[in-house]
Amino acid sequence: MTVTVNNVSKLFIKNGTNSVQALQDINLEIREGEFICFLGPSGCGKSTLLNIIAGLEKNDGGSIQVDGTHISGAGPDRVVVFQEAALFPWLTVQKNVEFGLKMLGVDKAERAAIALKYLQMVHLGRFVDAYPHELSGGMKQRVAIARALAMNPKILLMDEPFAALDAQTRSLLHKELQEIWAQTGKTIIFVTHNVAEAACLADRIVLFTARPGKIKKEFNVQLARPRVEGNPNLVYLQNEIMGYLAEEIEKVAREEIDYGYSLGEKPAFSLANQDQGSGI
Amino acid sequence: MKSQSLLGSPADTGKLQARTSVRKEWLRSILVKAVFYILLLVLWEGLVRIEVWPRHLFPSPLDVLQSLITGFADKSIPIAVGASMERIGIGYLLSLAVGIPLGILIARVKVLHETVGSLVLGLQTLPSICWLPLAILWFGLNEQAIIFIVIIGAIFSITLSAESGVKNIPPLFLRAAKTMGAKGWRMYLEVVLPAALPEIITGMKLAWSFAWRSLMAGELLASGLGLGQVLMLGRDLADMAQVISVMIIIALLGLAIDRLIFARLENNVRHKWGLTKA
Repeated sequence: MTVTVNNVSKLFIKNGTNSVQALQDINLEIREGEFICFLGPSGCGKSTLLNIIAGLEKNDGGSIQVDGTHISGAGPDRVVVFQEAALFPWLTVQKNVEFGLKMLGVDKAERAAIALKYLQMVHLGRFVDAYPHELSGGMKQRVAIARALAMNPKILLMDEPFAALDAQTRSLLHKELQEIWAQTGKTIIFVTHNVAEAACLADRIVLFTARPGKIKKEFNVQLARPRVEGNPNLVYLQNEIMGYLAEEIEKVAREEIDYGYSLGEKPAFSLANQDQGSGI
Repeated sequence: MKSQSLLGSPADTGKLQARTSVRKEWLRSILVKAVFYILLLVLWEGLVRIEVWPRHLFPSPLDVLQSLITGFADKSIPIAVGASMERIGIGYLLSLAVGIPLGILIARVKVLHETVGSLVLGLQTLPSICWLPLAILWFGLNEQAIIFIVIIGAIFSITLSAESGVKNIPPLFLRAAKTMGAKGWRMYLEVVLPAALPEIITGMKLAWSFAWRSLMAGELLASGLGLGQVLMLGRDLADMAQVISVMIIIALLGLAIDRLIFARLENNVRHKWGLTKA
């Protein structure tokens, strides 16, 4: 179940004439069972690549192969967990998890058994009859993970799934996602802009540059699991990645904010430093 | 200690107080309503007594009550209610059956949106009774003409609400459904329709009141046994008590259906979706 990304590029047309090179010549080989993170500043095309692998968007050039077969469109072998849980509000938690199985034509009794199994895996076995609006943000995201796993996909695609959660819930879900990954052995492609999150979860981190979206650097993370945020080795790695990322963040900021913005010198702060005691 | 155990835990007493205050509020609201309607009746009787209009043109509340009792006793009112409900039932269900799929298709198919979509928008502004001359020529002055008017009255607002319901579906739902393998008619039946349901129900409620008005307009002009026709019969016989009693029945029936069917349906869906704080 390897994913091969060959020279993939994607162009976004803005206002008819202006275009943005969202992705340029991306080459990537994702191994079976690997936990890979796409990391980069906002607008670097990491989510676009994930959507292309999911089959929700079309690439302009290059090709994507899963196990040697070209992908065409979305498929149940590659399920996405989105930033918002995207649970269907008209279905109970159980029916939400069963939805994909129903589409695959699995019969009712089997559907219920599979749904329960994965809801228990994400520790929501007691909430099968609840409606999504009765759940907290973290619980919704657990249901979304159970819903994706229930379809037994080859690859689990996660598009900033924990970005909207509070820090405590997020670190709890980091721990559990590592456990789920260890239990199921899925290939996980995880998109994030959070360096600590990437370092905590991934076997391999792919750092993207912005505009054009390219791969800047890859980091292999060979630290023992389960990893907990705050571990000194992780922090060391984070700082190293931050060094590479800072340039990219500044590049984006400079494009978005229209005067010469620089992370290096901030007039307000440097003024205060230089003039210490001058007003006495 | 004893008195405390009699009172139960503080939480229990709190709940009890909350419940009695809810009941008090409910009683107060009933009382206010009762007083208002009694005053209205007194005002009505007063106007009759000072003879603003002659008595045969402006009957007293008691005359109307008498007419209502006679209407129920000789079964003319129940028969009229039955006939009207049958017409609106058929017309309304047909307009749902056509309007909901049509609205969904208009929202999803661009060519339909550009063609049929604009036509529906235009036709919706036309009061359905304007179709009566044509309906009478096409179907005759009968049942079918009235049902046609009811359908015309209801269908456009159902179509438009289904269309806007589908357009307002968060794209994320559709993407999620797609990544889980939903395609074709199953996508429509299992995702698009339920996702648009809250707006469709709002449209159904509105369409019901349009259908009800269209029905009455149609019945006033065509022949048959419906409520509108009993009302016209009262006019022809110069029996204003009968006219007013039928008017009251029409209003009460409309209110009852709105409260018993549509309000419940709407609350149900809103509650399930978590759109209410109740």
